[in-house]
Amino acid sequence: MTRARSTLLSPLRSRWLSPVLFLLAWELASRTGLIPAHTLAAPSTVLVTMLQMIRSGELPANLLVSFWRVALGLGIGVSLGVVLGILARLSRRGDALIDPLMQIKRTIPVVALAPLFIVWFGIGETPKVALIAFATLFPVYLNLYNGIRGVDRRLVDAARSFGLDQRQLIVHVILPGALPSLLVGLRYALTISIVMLVIAEQINASAGLGFLVNNARDFMRTDIIVVCLMVYALLGLAADTLIRTVEDRALAWRPKLVEA
Amino acid sequence: MSVAYFPGIAQPAPVVRLRGFSRRFGPNLILDDLDLDIAAGEFVALLGHSGSGKTTLLRTLAGLDRADGQAVTIPSARAVVFQDARLLPWKRVWKNVALGLPGRTARARAEAALAEVGLSHRLDAWPLTLSGGEAQRTALARALVREPQLMLLDEPFAALDALTRLRMHELVLNLWRAHRPSVLIVTHDVDEAIALADRVVVLDKGRILFEERIVAERGSRTASVRDLRRRLLGALGVATQSGSYADTVAGGQPLAEAAE
Repeated sequence: MTRARSTLLSPLRSRWLSPVLFLLAWELASRTGLIPAHTLAAPSTVLVTMLQMIRSGELPANLLVSFWRVALGLGIGVSLGVVLGILARLSRRGDALIDPLMQIKRTIPVVALAPLFIVWFGIGETPKVALIAFATLFPVYLNLYNGIRGVDRRLVDAARSFGLDQRQLIVHVILPGALPSLLVGLRYALTISIVMLVIAEQINASAGLGFLVNNARDFMRTDIIVVCLMVYALLGLAADTLIRTVEDRALAWRPKLVEA
Repeated sequence: MSVAYFPGIAQPAPVVRLRGFSRRFGPNLILDDLDLDIAAGEFVALLGHSGSGKTTLLRTLAGLDRADGQAVTIPSARAVVFQDARLLPWKRVWKNVALGLPGRTARARAEAALAEVGLSHRLDAWPLTLSGGEAQRTALARALVREPQLMLLDEPFAALDALTRLRMHELVLNLWRAHRPSVLIVTHDVDEAIALADRVVVLDKGRILFEERIVAERGSRTASVRDLRRRLLGALGVATQSGSYADTVAGGQPLAEAAE
């Protein structure tokens, strides 16, 4: 009986239903003039605008600019986070020197540093990349730091009893042991990098997604703004997929994934 | 209750030699003025309560704790098999065995060692998919591949079921006969100690309380060691009848625990 009822209700249980209804309601409200175009463009208009922007090359060109900012910022931030995390965890002196600074840095909202970065680095690419790098450094550092602390001492002891030196210990035992935590940090870093991208580009940019949004705002082109919102969402989704793929490969030894 | 040590025969230098070895952690004296020799190729079983200093002694012999300038001789080629296997879960079985081996022959050597313990079919398995017995055999192969002069077994079979334990005992004796390392096995199991060892040592409060060489051949020890079992258990604080396990556990009267 429960089964029969669940089959009857299955359209109501589909996870697609509410988003589709929402889009339909939005489209209807736009067509009837309930929502004026300068408040929010209709979904169909957004779609047409997006296709036009892709065909004209406007969207890909600006997306590429934004993409490089994120890639460069992330590359620098993640590398620094990993190096500092290892240095801080593997020597008392490193811990004493590095960790207090990182904890102080944590208390400063990175966004609040934007004005200072503009004073220092001008309004070109540098402050944008620096802002992303600075913001992504900490989640990587913190998670690696905690991950290394969580590495099983007994495995380290065993490896040492087989005569592994410090470098071999880091490569074969400590980093692989901390990898699940490091990947969590990386996931945070990717999310934060996109947030920082939005902020950095909206402050000041002559190209990139944020530049498109700023321009669209000045001309009240809500369709372009929504297109850019969708691109941001897709960027986030792509980042998540990337991390998942890396996790599946790097953590293939974990029993849950081994059985699957 | 000391026992003559190969009486009348000129001895080669022992592989392990401790003289007046003490170790304390804070106010606690863990090992107290300990003398211990292990001859080349000798199989020694170490019995003792939890907290008797067994683990500390094993860590010293494994070179995991520094000897702090005391009179300690241990060979450079050592290998440890721990109770909990301690395989690196992120490395496939053969890579665990080859851990830290130099040169291009590492894989071939690892495969040969795994063949010796009967695991040729599990070379590429992930450690977390191994059964308890397979994990311990991998740990044995990992120790063996280093061609140790001294092999330290830290309660290696305590977590295995009785049938697997029996097979592992056979395997360890065969490997020992083929390679002739000195072996020190730490165990709680009096019968395991009697079945495997040339010499049984009971450690209590950081001192050697009891020591006896077993002269009878392995495989035909029942008759000659009937009384040894009672004396070993007595040294461990359990008063019982002489005879085998089947005779000593009869019910009816509680085993008298010696006052600690």
